[in-house]
Amino acid sequence: MWPLIRLLPREFHFNFVGLAPYAAIFSAILIVLTGVSFFTKGLNLGIDFIGGSMIEVQTKGPADIGLLRQTMIKVGGEDAQVQQLGAPNGAMLRFRTAEGVNPVDGAERIKTELTKTFPGITFKKVEVVGPKVSGELMTGGFMALGVAVFLMLLYIWFRFQLQFGLGAVVGVFHDVLLTLGMLSITHLEFSMTSIAALLTVIGYSMNEKVITFDRLRENLRKYKTAPLAEVINRSENERLSRTLITGSTAILALSGAVFFGGPVLLPLVVTMVFGVVVGTYSSIYVALPIILLWGVKRGDEPAEPLKPQTAR
Amino acid sequence: MMNLPRWKVIAVVFAAIFGVLFTLPNLLPANVRDSLPGFMPKQTLNLGLDLQGGSHLLLEVDTAALKQERLSNLLEDVRTQLREANIPFAELRLVNDQVSVLINDPAQANTAVNKLRATVATAAPGTPGGSGISIASAGGGRIVLSLSQDAMNAEAGRAVDQSIEILRRRIDELGTKEPTIVRQGVNRIVVQAPGESDPQRLRDVIGQTAKLTFQMVDDTVSPEDMAAGRVPPGSQLYPSDDGSAGNYVLKKRALVTGEMLTDAQQQFDQQSGQPVVSFRFNGQGARRFADATSQNLGKRFAIVLDGKVISAPVIQSAITGGNGQISGSFTPQSANDLAILLRAGALPAPLKVEQQSTVGAELGADAVKAGIISLAIGGVAIIVFIVLAYGLFGVFSAIALIVNVLLILGIMSFTQATLTFPGIAGLILTLAVAVDANVLIYERIRDEAHAGRSPIAALEHGYSLALVSIMDANITSAISALIMFQFGSGPIRGFAWTLLIGVVTSVFTAVVITQVLIGLWFRATRPKALPIV
Repeated sequence: MWPLIRLLPREFHFNFVGLAPYAAIFSAILIVLTGVSFFTKGLNLGIDFIGGSMIEVQTKGPADIGLLRQTMIKVGGEDAQVQQLGAPNGAMLRFRTAEGVNPVDGAERIKTELTKTFPGITFKKVEVVGPKVSGELMTGGFMALGVAVFLMLLYIWFRFQLQFGLGAVVGVFHDVLLTLGMLSITHLEFSMTSIAALLTVIGYSMNEKVITFDRLRENLRKYKTAPLAEVINRSENERLSRTLITGSTAILALSGAVFFGGPVLLPLVVTMVFGVVVGTYSSIYVALPIILLWGVKRGDEPAEPLKPQTAR
Repeated sequence: MMNLPRWKVIAVVFAAIFGVLFTLPNLLPANVRDSLPGFMPKQTLNLGLDLQGGSHLLLEVDTAALKQERLSNLLEDVRTQLREANIPFAELRLVNDQVSVLINDPAQANTAVNKLRATVATAAPGTPGGSGISIASAGGGRIVLSLSQDAMNAEAGRAVDQSIEILRRRIDELGTKEPTIVRQGVNRIVVQAPGESDPQRLRDVIGQTAKLTFQMVDDTVSPEDMAAGRVPPGSQLYPSDDGSAGNYVLKKRALVTGEMLTDAQQQFDQQSGQPVVSFRFNGQGARRFADATSQNLGKRFAIVLDGKVISAPVIQSAITGGNGQISGSFTPQSANDLAILLRAGALPAPLKVEQQSTVGAELGADAVKAGIISLAIGGVAIIVFIVLAYGLFGVFSAIALIVNVLLILGIMSFTQATLTFPGIAGLILTLAVAVDANVLIYERIRDEAHAGRSPIAALEHGYSLALVSIMDANITSAISALIMFQFGSGPIRGFAWTLLIGVVTSVFTAVVITQVLIGLWFRATRPKALPIV
C-alpha cells in the first residue's frame, strides 16, 4: 500500500470544536504551571543576558570540579559554578567578576591562575560579556520578540480580518509563554540563541495559523450559511492529514540535531521541537476558539458559486 | 501543467546548475579547488567563529576618557597662553566638564578672553565645524571655557574611525589572517579574528593605547613631598612600569610624542644583550629631541607609555641623530609587540573590551561535525518520510529538497554570508517548512481529485490554491527572519540570514521545481489517475 498517504482515510470526522473547552482547561493549567515555575525557578539566564564569563576547559586528567571551583574563587570569581561537560576531563566554568573590575581582565586573571594550578589545561572556549552589553542584548532580544509579534498581527489583519489577527497573536503569545515555561521547568540555558529559537517558533506558529485561517476563510465563503463551529470542524478535518504530515516531518528533521547536535545546539533544537508541537496545538485550540467566540463577519465576502456538499 | 512555460524549465535548470556549481567548492580539497579553471567559483562557505574557531571582541571607545583628555589639554593650553601673555591668574581648574580660571585683575579679563579666543579656541586645520570651544566671561575676572556636545560627538566619531585604522595596522602586523574590523553603532568596534590566532596576544595588542611621550623629570621635588603627593603645578606623579622603582614626578609637558616616530624595531642592546626597542624620529621630532637633550645635559628624562614610566635615563650627551632606543624590562616578544604598537601609532582614546568570545579551533571542528551529522540525519529523515508518504511525488519533493539545500549553500558561499552553528539548526527547520509547501500542494491535489476532478485539473487547482497559503506562510517567516537580522548580533544574524535565504529558495524549489517535474512526468506518461490519490 505505497504511497502510505493512501492509508489515511479520505475524510476525517473529528469533533475539534467539541474538545475546545477541555483544551482551554489544559492550556490554562499549563500557563499556571509556567507562572509558578517562573516565580519559583525563573529562567536559567545565560551570560549574554546577565553578564559574566564562561570558560570551557579540558584538563590533563579527569577534571577536579572542587579544585576548579576553589581556584576560581581564589582570584575573584563570584557566583562560581562548575559543571562537568562532555568527557570526564571537560568542564564548564561560569562566574562573575567583582563590580568595578573589567570582566575581561577578571577572566584573564582566572585563566592565568587555572594554568598555574592545572598544568596542561586547555581553554576550548572563553566568553565574557560586560554588564553594559548584556543589558542591551536583553532589551534588544525582547524588543525583537515584541516587534515580530506586532508586525505579524498587522500582516494577518491586512490579509484576513482583525479577529483573525488577534486570534493568531493570542495563539503566538500562548506559544511563547509555554515555551518560556518549558525552558524554566527544564532549566535549559536561556541565551541570545534562545531568542532566535523563540523567533523561529513564532515564525512557525504564525505559519500554522495562516494556513489554518486560509482554509477557514475559504470554507466560510463556500458554506455561507453553515454555523461557524461546523465550518471550523470541517476545515480542520480537511486539513488534518497535512497537519499530521508536516508536524511529523518537522520533528523528524530536528531529531538528528536533538541527539547529535551536542550541548550548544540542544537548547535551541529542543525549543524548536517544543515550538512545533505547541504551535500546531495553539492554531487549533487557541486561535480558532477565539475566532469562534468572537464571531466573524460573513456575507460581505465576494460571492462564490455554491458547490454541492460532496464537492468539498 | 500541460503547457509548461519555457522560462520555468530554464529557471529550474539554471537553479540546479547554480546550486551545484557554487556548493561544489565546499566539497573539494583546497588543492583541487585552487587548480580549478578561472571561471569556476572558488568561494567556500564563510563559517562563523563558532564553527571555525577564533576570537570576537566588542570594543568601546572610552568617550568619557576622550573628553577628559580634551579638557585637560585645553587647561594646559590656557595656562601656556596666559603665561605667554603675562596675565596673572589663579584657580585654573576643571569644574563640571568646563575649564574655569580666575584672572587676578578683572580689568585684564577682556584681554585674556581675546587672547584665548585667538589661540586655544581656533580650530585646527581640517576640522569641520570649528573648534567647538566656547569662551565666556562669568564676571569678576572669571573665565569659563567649555566644549560643545557636537564637537565632542564629532571627535568621538573621528576617534572611532582612527581607532579602526590603527587596530587594522596593529593586527595586520601580528600576521592574523583575514581579520574583520568594523564599526558598530556610535562608539563601538567589532574585531573578529578567525583561526588559531592567540587571543591573549590579540587582546594585548588591542588593549593598549600605546601613547608614548618623552618628559623631563622634575628634580625639584623632594622625596618627602613626592611621598605626600605634593607636586608643583605643571608637574605630575607617574607610576613606574614595573612597579618596583617607585614613582616619578615629571613635567606634564611632553618634549616629544609617539606621533613623531617614523619607525620602531625590536633589537638587542649591543652591550647588555637585552631586548630593546629602537626608534627613529621624524624631522620635527628629531629637532625637538636634539634641542631638549642639549639644553638638559646631565638631567633625567622619562619615557612614558600609557601613563607609566618605562625608563628614566640621564642625558649623557645631546642626541641629534633622531635615533634612540628604549630599554626596560622587556622580553623579545614584548619588545616586538611594543615596536608594533609604536609603528601603528597610538589610539586616540582607550578602548574598553565589553565582550569577548574565543572558540578553540578544535571545538569549532567538533561543532562542524555535529552540524553535518544533524543536517544529514534531518535531511535523510525528511526524504525517507516524504517518499514513503507520497511515492513518486515524494521523490519529486526529495529532488526539490536537494536542489534547495544546494541553492542555500551555494547562495551562502556566493554572498559570503556567515554560517553559524545555530544557523545549521535554522537550515534544518527551513527544510521541514519547505517540505510543508509540498505537503500543502499534494493534499490540495488529493482534495481536488477526491472531489471528482480529472488528474490534470486536480494538479492545476492544487498548485494554484495552495500557492496562496504558501505565500502567506512564508511572508510571516520572512518577517521573523528580517527582525532577527535587524535586532540580532553576530551568530543570530547568521541564523536569520540562513532563514531568509531559505524562505526564498524554499518557495522556488518546493513550488516551481516540483511543478516542472510533475509536468514533465505527466507529459511523458499521461496517467489516468494520480499516484497519491
